[in-house]
Amino acid sequence: MIEIRGLEKFYGSLQVLKGIDLDVPKGEVLSIVGASGSGKSTLLYCINALEAIQAGSVIVDGIDVHARGTDINALRQKLGMVFQQWNSFPHLTTLQNVALAPQIVKGKSRAESREIAARQLEHVGLGDKFDVYPSALSGGQQQRLAIARALAMEPEYMLFDEATSALDPELVGEVLDTMRLLAEEGMTMICVTHEMSFARDVSDRVAFFHQGVIEEIDTASEIFGSPKSEHLQKFLSKIR
Amino acid sequence: MFDYNFHWRPVLKNLPDLLAAGLTTLQVAVLAMIIGVIVGLGLALIRLHMRGPLRWFASAWVELARNTPALFQLFFFGFGLGALGVHMTPYAIVLSALSFNCAGYLAENFRGGFQAIPDTQIRAARSLGMTAWQTYTRIIIPQVFRIVYHPLTNQMVWAVLISSLGMLVGFRELSGETQALASRTYRIFEYFAVTAVIYYLIVKIILGASRLLAARLFRY
Repeated sequence: MIEIRGLEKFYGSLQVLKGIDLDVPKGEVLSIVGASGSGKSTLLYCINALEAIQAGSVIVDGIDVHARGTDINALRQKLGMVFQQWNSFPHLTTLQNVALAPQIVKGKSRAESREIAARQLEHVGLGDKFDVYPSALSGGQQQRLAIARALAMEPEYMLFDEATSALDPELVGEVLDTMRLLAEEGMTMICVTHEMSFARDVSDRVAFFHQGVIEEIDTASEIFGSPKSEHLQKFLSKIR
Repeated sequence: MFDYNFHWRPVLKNLPDLLAAGLTTLQVAVLAMIIGVIVGLGLALIRLHMRGPLRWFASAWVELARNTPALFQLFFFGFGLGALGVHMTPYAIVLSALSFNCAGYLAENFRGGFQAIPDTQIRAARSLGMTAWQTYTRIIIPQVFRIVYHPLTNQMVWAVLISSLGMLVGFRELSGETQALASRTYRIFEYFAVTAVIYYLIVKIILGASRLLAARLFRY
């Protein structure tokens, strides 16, 4: 379970998160929607401590992420992350991209790491691409590679930061399908997304971010069916 | 002008000596490059990540190495330090001056290389649980190495060529050896013509080896 309490985040004097309280229980798929610059992505980065926080706390399975003395590298193994710019490692083949972290972070043998990598690549539909370099893959394939790479660490949570925003429209579907697959398998997921159909169809709950606060959080049908806050109504009317 | 008679025989007789001196040149250049890569990498990282005296030191090194004549740098390690009571062999003088020079140039190449790697690569690696060290050694450095590979080759060629300045501090590398032999026979033109060919061949071998290595190393 991820528990966020009173989280505040500043960039210099600019406050981007203004006191976030949020619980994400195991098995839940939570989508975070809202305008650009509302703090959605920053929240994700605060969960796995890629960004420092100025107040509040993030607790993952009872461990305070931002506390001094927390083994953050160990904790990050639980928190898989997929980025908007997929960030595949260009100097490694597809298989090496996925096998690297199990081998050097988890200390698994080379053979076992490659086995895990092969399994995860097949899982995301890249079973025929083991030995190609990322430059030979499409954006959608690179994003699925990034998902496989995160899954190879056997995370308990997956954080998706606008995983489809940088993709050509015709490639969005294959990545969303992969995310749907994970959701069906019971993965706990927090997805910052602009894909409203995904948020509506796949998530258990949807959080609406507005200017650094969660303005509304509810089941997908409530958020999309009967939005209460004015900002959310305006937001939804714009994207429809 | 046209009644000069070429005499190649003394040169050909001394060819083994010239080739041996060519190996000395290559050796000192290779050693200077190895030292230059290690020190240059350190200087680049200091300039990118540190503040204070260490950073000033690194910046001063880079500025001096790049913006003063290589010859003056050589003289500093030879006569300058000599005047201060630090006496080195000609080999050590040339090796330190060349290393100093290479480190300065390579530091800037490395710095550019590091800056060309997007921060998101670091984030991706750290999000998988890699330590900062693992991120550097497994993700960043290999990519930087590719970016600086061709500048590195250039620097290697440069090191071979400017090592010829070593003759001015009494080092018997290829140029020093040529000078010594030529002054004994007065066949200056012939000796330096042959030596020029040897330099050319050394550089061509370096470039060829670099190209072969690149084809093996960089498949992406």
